[in-house]
Amino acid sequence: MKVGILALQGAVQPHEEKLKKLGITPIQVRYPEQLSDLAGIILPGGESTTMIHLLKLNKLWFPLKEFVQTKPTWGICAGSILLAKTVTHPFQESLEALDITIERNAYGRQNESFIDNLSETSDWKKFFKTDKAIEGVFIRAPRIKQLASNVKIIFKHKEEAVMVQKDKCLASTFHPELTDSTCIHEYFLSLCN
Amino acid sequence: MANQIVGIEMKLKTGLAEMLKGGVIMDVVNREQAVIAEKAGAVAVMALERVPSDIRKEGGVARMSPPEIVEEIMGAVSIPVMAKCRIGHFAEAMVLESLGVDYIDESEVLTPADEQYHIDKMDFKTPFVCGAKNLGEALRRIGEGAAMIRTKGEAGSGNVVEAVRHLRALRSQIRRLTTLGSEELMNEAKELGAPFSLVQWVAREGKLPVPNFAAGGIATPADAVLTMYLGAESVFVGSGIFKSQNPEKLAHAIVQATTNYQNPKIVAECSKGLGSPMRGLDVNLLKAEERLSERGW
Repeated sequence: MKVGILALQGAVQPHEEKLKKLGITPIQVRYPEQLSDLAGIILPGGESTTMIHLLKLNKLWFPLKEFVQTKPTWGICAGSILLAKTVTHPFQESLEALDITIERNAYGRQNESFIDNLSETSDWKKFFKTDKAIEGVFIRAPRIKQLASNVKIIFKHKEEAVMVQKDKCLASTFHPELTDSTCIHEYFLSLCN
Repeated sequence: MANQIVGIEMKLKTGLAEMLKGGVIMDVVNREQAVIAEKAGAVAVMALERVPSDIRKEGGVARMSPPEIVEEIMGAVSIPVMAKCRIGHFAEAMVLESLGVDYIDESEVLTPADEQYHIDKMDFKTPFVCGAKNLGEALRRIGEGAAMIRTKGEAGSGNVVEAVRHLRALRSQIRRLTTLGSEELMNEAKELGAPFSLVQWVAREGKLPVPNFAAGGIATPADAVLTMYLGAESVFVGSGIFKSQNPEKLAHAIVQATTNYQNPKIVAECSKGLGSPMRGLDVNLLKAEERLSERGW
């Protein structure tokens, strides 16, 4: 199975390490022709404004926009901003794969970055049976302000959705790649299979 | 990751550095330059009072940027904003932390405030980046709490030779550590002047425990590419951009080249029509006191 990581900018390497642990050597995606035989793609954390700029320069914007509508995709932090239908603070363009409204840097700046345990929903419990809490690493993180009824919540932090899913499209505002656990990567690979 | 060594705070600090990888961080002195940098695709901007080449030219004591300038820049862009403080000047660092900057650069580009000690960076919630010429210096800074290392290079020179020297020194010293037996590491720590636990970590993992970026003298897209090949994970560009003939175009080109550093065709294409880069200095002709990279201990 071929899984890609968008590698224009950002935290590519920590995702690579997680996927390798799970037996997958991912493809670093920089050009449109690399999308054709991928089972799924991770849009990593980084700076969303930089990624939008580079997606256009490398002629990936429209091919990726098409890819994420139907194929398994997981956006983390900046990646979740790319997937949202509406982006605020400030407004910016996006790939519009998930019917959510997301606010950038919504907890504040780096001094307001934090780590806290998350609460899972029953959908997650069906997939992953453990008592161990999932750790959420939030770095200049965005917040999901609104979500459509066809978007389900996988994880919450203090009653707010921080990881959501519609069909095979996932968005998390926190960084599982910076923790010791591989379980959310396993979940994403199960969608790719 | 260094989080095994120093815990949760460090995970958040190096975490932001992870997010900046594969990108370009640009020196800016005002709101207009910050907006140009963001539009060109910079992952972050560095707020400072004067760019290094002007500091070099004008002389005098170079200090932290005035707070109102830092705030103006923070208000103008949505990407992270870094700011420089003088080596050892923890009071400037406290001011920058209270302003809410995203990263503090304890920088040799400014005039050092302490000729013996660097800042105890563990004491701060805001992460720090520090310059280094070699592995010992890098590990001393990490030991003090730096969450990102950049080469010192020779800032404001427009000459990449020192950044190359520092990247190569780091790389070969790291490689050497991985070949040593465990009984040799304590002596190596002594020779390097570096904390033993960090020497052990590097010997085991074959890399620095925090991200490693290039800085100092990068003036063209190909300069940025060179440093990426030599192991830099991102690039700081100081005077190079806003001292060139066409800053907007050059900023854009360096961002594009850094992402596509393995693709010389793209690098060639984006290097066209940039006008003349900053003039540049022969670092061998600089007097010892003019070498900014000699600052820091």
